Amino acid sequence: MYDSPKYASRAGIPLTLNGAQITVNAPADWRLSKALRDALHLEGTKIGCDAGDCGACTVLIDGEASCACLVALGQVAGREIVTIEGLGQRKTAARLQQSFLRHGAAQCGICTPGMLVAATALLERKAAPSETEVQDALGGVLCRCTGYRKIVAAVLDATAEKQAAKLPDSGAAVGARIERLDGQRKVKGEDVFGADAHPRDALLLRVIRSPYHHAAFAFGDLAAYQRAHPGIARILTAADIPGENCFGVIPPFADQPVFAATHARFKGEAVAAVVGDKDEIEALDLKTFPITWTELPAHLTLDTALAATDLVHEARAGNILVRGRVVKGDAEAALAGADHVVEGIFETGFVEHAYIEPEAGFARRVGERLEIHACTQAPFMDRDDLAKIMGLKPEAIRIVPTAVGGGFGSKLDLSVQPYLALAAWLTGKPVRLVYSRTESIATTTKRHPGRMRVKVGADRHGKLVAMDFEGDFNTGAYASWGPTVANRVPVHASGPYFLPHYRALTRAVHTHVVPAGAFRGFGVPQATIAQEQLYDMLADKAGIDRLDFRLINALGPDQPTVTGQVLGPGTGIRACFEALKPHWARARAEAGKANAVPSLTRRGVGVAGMWYGCGNTSLPNPSTMRLGLKPDGRLALHQGAVDIGQGSNSVITQICADALGAPIARFDLLSADTDQTPDCGKTSASRQTFVSGKAAELAGRALRARILRLANAGEDAKLDFGDGHITVRDGAAAHRIDLGPLPCDQHGYVVMAEETFDPPTAPLDADGQGVPYAVYGFGAHLVELAVDTELGTVKLRKITAAHDVGRAINPTLVEGQIEGGIAQGIGLALMEEFHPGRGENLHDYLIPTIGDVPAIESILIEDPAPIGPFGAKGIGEQALIPTAPAILNAIADATGVRLTRVPATPDRIRAAILESRK
Amino acid sequence: MFLQPKSVEAALAMMAEPGARLLAGGTDFFPAQGEQVIEHPVIDISRLADLRGIATTPTHIRIGGAATWSEIVAQPLPRGFDALKAAAKEIGSIQIQNRGTIAGNLCNASPAADSVPPLMALEAEVELLSAAGTRRLPLGAFILGNRKTALLPGEMVSAILVPRNVAENASAFGKLGARRYLVISIVMIAVAMSLENGRVGQARIAIGACSAVAQRLAEAEAALVGCRKAEEIAGRLHAGHLAALAPIDDVRATAGYRRDAALILLRRVAAAAMLAAGN
Ligand SMILES: Cc1cc2nc3c(=O)[nH]c(=O)nc-3n(C[C@H](O)[C@H](O)[C@H](O)COP(=O)(O)OP(=O)(O)OC[C@H]3O[C@@H](n4cnc5c(N)ncnc54)[C@H](O)[C@@H]3O)c2cc1C
Ligand code: FES
Ligand code: FES
Repeated sequence: MYDSPKYASRAGIPLTLNGAQITVNAPADWRLSKALRDALHLEGTKIGCDAGDCGACTVLIDGEASCACLVALGQVAGREIVTIEGLGQRKTAARLQQSFLRHGAAQCGICTPGMLVAATALLERKAAPSETEVQDALGGVLCRCTGYRKIVAAVLDATAEKQAAKLPDSGAAVGARIERLDGQRKVKGEDVFGADAHPRDALLLRVIRSPYHHAAFAFGDLAAYQRAHPGIARILTAADIPGENCFGVIPPFADQPVFAATHARFKGEAVAAVVGDKDEIEALDLKTFPITWTELPAHLTLDTALAATDLVHEARAGNILVRGRVVKGDAEAALAGADHVVEGIFETGFVEHAYIEPEAGFARRVGERLEIHACTQAPFMDRDDLAKIMGLKPEAIRIVPTAVGGGFGSKLDLSVQPYLALAAWLTGKPVRLVYSRTESIATTTKRHPGRMRVKVGADRHGKLVAMDFEGDFNTGAYASWGPTVANRVPVHASGPYFLPHYRALTRAVHTHVVPAGAFRGFGVPQATIAQEQLYDMLADKAGIDRLDFRLINALGPDQPTVTGQVLGPGTGIRACFEALKPHWARARAEAGKANAVPSLTRRGVGVAGMWYGCGNTSLPNPSTMRLGLKPDGRLALHQGAVDIGQGSNSVITQICADALGAPIARFDLLSADTDQTPDCGKTSASRQTFVSGKAAELAGRALRARILRLANAGEDAKLDFGDGHITVRDGAAAHRIDLGPLPCDQHGYVVMAEETFDPPTAPLDADGQGVPYAVYGFGAHLVELAVDTELGTVKLRKITAAHDVGRAINPTLVEGQIEGGIAQGIGLALMEEFHPGRGENLHDYLIPTIGDVPAIESILIEDPAPIGPFGAKGIGEQALIPTAPAILNAIADATGVRLTRVPATPDRIRAAILESRK
Repeated sequence: MFLQPKSVEAALAMMAEPGARLLAGGTDFFPAQGEQVIEHPVIDISRLADLRGIATTPTHIRIGGAATWSEIVAQPLPRGFDALKAAAKEIGSIQIQNRGTIAGNLCNASPAADSVPPLMALEAEVELLSAAGTRRLPLGAFILGNRKTALLPGEMVSAILVPRNVAENASAFGKLGARRYLVISIVMIAVAMSLENGRVGQARIAIGACSAVAQRLAEAEAALVGCRKAEEIAGRLHAGHLAALAPIDDVRATAGYRRDAALILLRRVAAAAMLAAGN
């Protein structure tokens, strides 16, 4: 009567794939994405959500862009499929790939295959599309890194064949817009992310998690369950952990169990895992796992946790994890004497990192050692924490970071690693674990929701006299980076302004929700939302232009910060505000003109400033870089700063090349691997360009000195690198060093340098006075927007971003960081809020799409930080911080209403407008 | 078990398999499936020619149930379909529009299904096919509640039928969401309108995402009759016309906002429909 499907699958499913006719032997009801990856081992097609929400899996089906995760393999029988792997053969697509490289349109690269395929569908239909057409074509692919602007530019510029820029010569790398050195594999879909590389025979692991925010539990008959499911090789629980069932990024506060032992403290907390044959583990219905739950009362909000007598952690009284404090002068008295005082309570929501790559990796046991391949921002911290969990020496563990499909702070904490390590160790087999989107959102860290009560005062002339700041941050069930947030906020809450009197007190409060941890800015973006709105209110009260008010108060190089530090040269905030002045004047005039015509749509302009200390707060955070010269004349840079898309692979090489005096093309890059690269610390706190970059500069200079010594040449000599030899040119003299005959060290290098840099900081005293950071980055954003006052919707028109980056080592990458940070700031301001236990997907949790990010103009200010490599500072977090308050200030400018709670969704804006009319 | 019928008849026969489910564009099917492995028979109807295509009969315009949003957008259709096309262009993303089908949207019966208001405003009927024969239901009688339809076991949606006379009306659509692409509606509204001597003769208004099932707003429709100018429309519509709505609070918006925004959007979309009708 009808074709038997079983029969059909036995024969395989015929289709055309990237021009070749093939037969796929996989179940017809598999998702096409799964068939491509698991059956055909074409892993360029990425899976970010398995639900149509991210577009990372986009392929062409008969020329039409489609989500491979929403199509059954059987549905494409006889069809023509094109994946990222097939784009190189198509002329338009190949041009597009090169354009992506030129424009820096791929950062982490996890969205890149989907973007390229979707853009190819457009360009093959329409060679010269408009910007709107590009947005319509790419609206279904989410990118969390780039802010989309460079993607749009790359697609618009893909029409003509263009030459790739040559790599710069010796001495010209710093400041050059080179294509990212790891870019080719990203635009070809060849980069290996956490879910991509794994031994074919790896077992699969799945985690059993708490369905309640707070619950006690008891296992049933686990042995019987295992017997009933022969595919299960092993069930893992807390009882199986050889070392300590406890981890945490800040060792003195470590409190998070790998598996909860008796009760779970947040919805999604792991309690057990099953490991075994892939197909059988996939087919398990985990709801049948033998466990009984007893739901317990849960504290989900700051208020309930602070009022509670029952504690999330017994040893932490009042549910307070930690308090932060910075006090200078007498804020209370100064406020009492101030001419103008404003105050407010500001609240921010839980924000999810929403990188497009859910956590994934695999582990294997190699004799008495463990190897973990997973996406991470902090390989050495992972190694040390895993050693504790496994009861092994740190040297017995090797962490090999895969390409990271976005991190933004959350991949600093352990996620899949402990489960993988334990399972591989105990089964002796390679084991793989890939988080689903739901698992990723439900269980990995978030941005702390904050509630801040702030009062600021100024004198008659608009000079700030004092700020009084109190902030509570919901840190969730475990410590994670809660202490860092509680300590960073008081240091930064003044903003980049001179404040003679200051008091900032913070608390990180435990609740029964998923831990809040590090997210681009460690609490500073939340505090800036309060601070910059209040400064606008104060400027208005004092009758001073809002930008002028900031210029009047901008921190000068000789003025002490709120921690008493005098920053000296490199205090670039004034320059940032100055750079915005002409834009401010133009934007205000345009908005004024538009608003002169009565309309329900009101235009507004807003400005906000920021500062951000690069590196750990008053704690050592060294990076070590190794640079070796090989007998063949090539250079090996052991670059252990994990590139999570921000570009450290490229930037650090650029720095090292110029410090040494070698062309970049000479360099072979060894990326982070705890067996191969010295410790470069974590990729966070905007420290990699600054700290690891400085270590790379020092290593470059040290190697140079050693080579010059071999030739007895002076400091200014030029190095010419040849194959197997170097020619040292010192004035008219040329000295040839043949490398072949030189002895090699244990790494195989004829000359080697290894250098460490640890930024000088000093501990903070009980009042928070001291030198928390060696270097601060500064910036200011100007937002132009329109508010539909009837619907409460916001249309962003343009964002102008001025950032003092010390030195732009690679301006394209710096702009990429700025644009990506702005996109996240837009999300924070206007749409993002995670509700624990609800909406753990990218359907309900909304991040900006390509249509939500307006034109961005970046102004790079280079006020060199004397201590930074070639004067460079960090930019990673800086870029996000002023966006949200500048948007809120612009909304207030447009409508007269202050949004004290973010996200400022249409319903909140509309409610505020209605309230203001009462 | 993955079943690929070659004809609608074969598909109907396969539906007798216990637990069998239809698969069209898969854009609701797979997200609902989540991580769970598929254990029931799946019948792929996405390639059945009889279910695709758009045809004109003497009385109706007939859209095959498995027509995709992209196909609907690309098809020249009377202006009554402008609202449906506008809705189609706002459904998710290109990727979703290339696969997702009109019947899938109706059968999924989400309160936020974007095609429902434009089709209600066109007095659309749903053609249901089973081994026992064919029946037709007005769209309002087909969708019964949140995720609930009048589909009987063994029945599929073979087509959507729109009366040709209604399809001649001008139409407009508006959708309010919290971001530009890939967004579920907070409110969406479709208005189809005919003019008589420059005045509104008949208006058909449907509103979605403000109650379990999208609704026609009879009182608002009546209030527009006789209206002479688009600028007059706002004054003719007031909150009382939306009394029948039962919006809820959810992660996307508060109920109060939905009610408030619905009126604003209604005024705008109705005015746009009137302008379109005058052209
Ligand atoms: C990322 C994303 C964004 C989305 N955005 C929107 C949006 O903005 N607006 C919106 O309205 N929707 C949206 N959707 C939902 C979805 O795309 C639509 O509802 C789509 O039209 C469903 O059609 P389909 O063919 O994919 O249905 P399927 O997923 O194939 O099927 C859905 C259900 O209907 C049944 N079914 C399908 N066809 C028939 C038939 N002919 N007869 C009987 N039963 C049938 C199936 O058995 C299944 O239960 C979105 C979905 C995703 C994944
Ligand atoms: S994985 Fe298919 S859309 Fe996200
Ligand atoms: S580059 Fe787009 S998600 Fe990272």
